[in-house]
Amino acid sequence: MDEPLAITLFSGTDDKLQAAAVLTAGAAAVGRPVHIFLQYWGLEAFRKESVTPHDLVLAPEAGEAGLRAVMELAAAGQSSWRETLEQAKAIGQVDIQACSLSMDLLHLTESDLDPLVDGVEGVTAFWLAASEGQVVFI
Amino acid sequence: MTVQIAQRLDARNLSCPMPIVKTAIAIKALVSGELLEVLATDKGSVKDFAAWSRTTGNELVESTSEGPVFRFLLRKK
Repeated sequence: MDEPLAITLFSGTDDKLQAAAVLTAGAAAVGRPVHIFLQYWGLEAFRKESVTPHDLVLAPEAGEAGLRAVMELAAAGQSSWRETLEQAKAIGQVDIQACSLSMDLLHLTESDLDPLVDGVEGVTAFWLAASEGQVVFI
Repeated sequence: MTVQIAQRLDARNLSCPMPIVKTAIAIKALVSGELLEVLATDKGSVKDFAAWSRTTGNELVESTSEGPVFRFLLRKK
């Protein structure tokens, strides 16, 4: 089962990042190559200073009860989304690329980004990489 | 017949997808034919281990449970 999976990661809240990391790790565990394209706030979340431990920020639909539930799971030892992606890279083929337009938008250079990010690419390179498999937008 | 387990992995209290991720890492250290025993409490793990076994070709020799703990015995491909 080696059909590639492409994820356009647009959102920068910790719940959506966690969901993307879980999908990535699951795909990597069954041998599917994963290509992640970081856009807008998804890219912002991979700034070195954003990745460091911080108060969890969730999508608005989470509400206070959702935040409590997510915090309980984190307190019980759930791996962070960054750790989950790191593990996914250890077991499979996971390529994380920053969208060059979003790099301009956020005034970022590659040295501003967490080392989990493998490089910067444009949308054409992304679609070429995604052409053989499914695309998931988060 | 005694079953020789080459490696044991305690993945209890880990949430999805960590039991499978840690299993994928642990099985790399074994040689073909060796057995890995995994304990997990994640409720999705019964279906996950069956699916992982089918897609990777590592045989799921046993899938049992005792209370909240699931036990999987895998033979490396």
